[in-house]
Order: sequence, then structure tokens, then C-alpha cells
Amino acid sequence: MKPRTLKISAIEEGTVIDHIATTNTFKVAELLNLRDSETIVTVGVNFESKRLGKKGVIKIGGRFLTNQEVDKIALIAPEANINIIKGYDVKKKFSVAIPDVIQDIVKCANPNCITNREHARTKFHVLSKSPLKFRCHYCERVVGKESIELV
Amino acid sequence: MGFKNRDIISIRDFSKAEILYILDAAAKMDRRHDNSLLKGKVMASLFFEPSTRTRLSFESAMTKLGGSVIGFSEPGTTSLRKGESLWDTIKMVEKYADVIVMRHPAEGAARIAAEATELPVINGGDGANQHPTQTLLDLYTIKKAKGKIDGLNIGFLGDLKYGRTVHSLAIALSHFNATMYFISPEALKMPDSYLDELGEKKVKFYEESDLLKVADKLDILYSTRIQKERFPDQMEYKKYAGIYKLDKSILPHVKPTLKIMHPLPRVDELSPELDDTPHALYFEQAGNGIPVRQALLSLVLGRMK
Repeated sequence: MKPRTLKISAIEEGTVIDHIATTNTFKVAELLNLRDSETIVTVGVNFESKRLGKKGVIKIGGRFLTNQEVDKIALIAPEANINIIKGYDVKKKFSVAIPDVIQDIVKCANPNCITNREHARTKFHVLSKSPLKFRCHYCERVVGKESIELV
Repeated sequence: MGFKNRDIISIRDFSKAEILYILDAAAKMDRRHDNSLLKGKVMASLFFEPSTRTRLSFESAMTKLGGSVIGFSEPGTTSLRKGESLWDTIKMVEKYADVIVMRHPAEGAARIAAEATELPVINGGDGANQHPTQTLLDLYTIKKAKGKIDGLNIGFLGDLKYGRTVHSLAIALSHFNATMYFISPEALKMPDSYLDELGEKKVKFYEESDLLKVADKLDILYSTRIQKERFPDQMEYKKYAGIYKLDKSILPHVKPTLKIMHPLPRVDELSPELDDTPHALYFEQAGNGIPVRQALLSLVLGRMK
């Protein structure tokens, strides 16, 4: 008898985030606050992937991501693809991309930056996408991926 | 060139042509003695952190041109003590003044202030970040003393890690074809982010820990104070303070035309025995704060083209 396997079920409507590096998958789930989701959410890791070796997949029923959420995913998991599903079909598929200006989604790593003192909006200019380097619009400090703390 | 209502926040906001335009305007200010150019204009001088030199120099620049000054020199005397935000302070001051000059302990404060108001904002120092008027007066001093900036060999000595004036001046000099020598102990070397930026701009620079190895090449030597307040560990401070002290013993090793600059105040790193030598440029440098700040005030207030 063939052992029973549980496959990730298809969703009728919603978002599939694919090709996430396994190590980044739970971070993406966290930034999208999936813990509090009331619709069906599947988070899977360690699937085989030609490109990444092992990959993670997240399926979120009944939810479409905002541009800001897509930008956040690009910072945490720049390798990810996003599929928009409607009526069980992939209606749109795209890779996430790091924007030239990162606005309102990352906290400045410099504790003495005015944005950390006055609860101001944050803004960074991307200097390089790989390796990721960006300059705070306010304190002008340059930081890299290791210092990303999402708002 | 349109400078009316322009904010002066960071040297990075200025092109080479704009920097040269400001230096030319400062030279005009040096020559003229029109004491009514800024008559009827009010400068708000907001010093959220104490500063003697910058504040007095701005206030003097404004009053010498017939303008008037309001403001405070320490936040303890203002409603900030009651928890008012910077944004709200600026919104209030905007009703009382025509231009805002400010110093603040947090990096990025001047940029936020400029977003809060339509008035031109001039940054008199935001934490460890920028002090663009100091940079412009440094450039003006170099140009006035040497007749040019392009092609000079410029050495920076001392605390290059925390020295805000050094960082800004190095970035400004990247517009000019100058060669830079960064002379410091390993622990106080120029931060990598600045070296990367200079590298990307194809600027020629060298790092050195021994001044004597490069002293004979320099046209300008910019000495800086090793700042006690930057060291959480006072043992570390003592180790480095005075290590790069300049005195007459350096003179046999330098060009006769070498000029020594220093943003002042000095402690032990620059001996007063150099004051009477033709190499000393630092008091003139401090004095150049007046024409440079007069030029900036007049440009952003639209009273000078």
C-alpha cells in the first residue's frame, strides 16, 4: 500500500509565495502576520528546488498583498516569486524586486537617528541591491541587509 | 543659480558647480561691507545642543548684515523640556522667522525640520552626521589660501572615525581632483562606508598611521581633536589623545608652503608654538565662517543672486 502523503492543497483565490529560501520562510510568514490569519494558510519548507536546493512555499487563501508587503518580502527574501491566484488559476506571476527607495517599512539601525527619536516616517535610498546597501535619507548612515529591522 | 529658499542640510546635496558658486559668493562677502543687505530679516537660531563657535558665527554673520536674531542656545530653556517634538517646535518658529539655523544632537534632525517648514533651514550640525557650513568654510579656506582646490594633496590627521568635519570635507573634496591622505591610528581610521564612497567616485586616497611617511607630500594638513566624549572607555581616550600631536618638530619634514587647518577647539593635538608660523591657517579658517555664513544666509533669503 502506498503511504498516504499530505500535499499542499491548491487555493481558489489568494497568494502563493514561492521560491523562498527555506531559512527565510518563517520570517516572511511573520512579516505578513500570518499567525493571526483567519483564512487558510499553508507554510511549507524544505521542498526540493533546482535553483535554491531547498525552498519554502507559503499559500495564503483569500488575501492579496499590498505593494508595501511585497517590498518587505523583497528585503527579507529577494529570491521569492509571487503568484496571484484567482479561480484556481495563476493570474499573475512576478519576482519580488528591491525598490530604489525604501519607504516606511524599515527602521533605521542608528539609534541616534531622528526617526528613532521622533517616531517619524523612514526613508532609505538603495545604493546597491546585491549586496544590499542603503542610505538613511535622514541620518545618512549606510547599512546592509544584516541591519534590517522591519517597522 | 537658484538658492532662494534652499535648505542647506548636507554637503551631499550640492554639486561641484553649486559649491563653487557658494565659495564665490563668500569671496564677494569678504570684499563688501554692506551692512543692510539682510535688514528686516529674522534668523531663528535653534541650538538644541550647545555650540559656541557655530552659533556665534551665524549670529554675527546675520547681525553684521543688518538682520536680527531670535532663538535659544540650550534646550533646557525651552518647551522641549516639556516634551515638545522637534516638528512642533519648527512649526511654531516658522511663524516668527525668515530662516532657521539649527544644531541638534540627533542625526537627521535638520532634514526633518526642513520637511516641517517652507522656510529655508540651515544645518549647524546634526549629531555625528553633517555640518555643511563648516565644510563650506573649510573649502573656502583652502581655496583662499591656495588659489585652487583641484590637484592639492590634503592630509587628515587624528580622529577620522568620529570626526564629522573630516567625513563631510572628504566627501566634498571628492568633487575636486584632490589626493587625500588619511593619517590615524587603526582604531580611529576613516569608516569603510566613506572609503567605499570615495572609491566609487575614483578618488585617489591613501591610509597611513605614520604622519612622517607622507608629511612632505602635503599641501594642507587638517588636524582634528580626539573627542573625549566619543569614548565610553576613558582609558582608550587617554591612549590616543596626544598621540598625533602637532608641534614644531614636524616642520623640518613638511613643504614650506604647507598650511595647517583645524576646526577648533583644540586641546593637546595642536601646539600653540605653531600659531606664529606661516603654516598656521586655523584662526583664519575660523574667521572665514563669517563670510561663508553671510553668503549662505543672503543666498537662501534671496537677497543675493
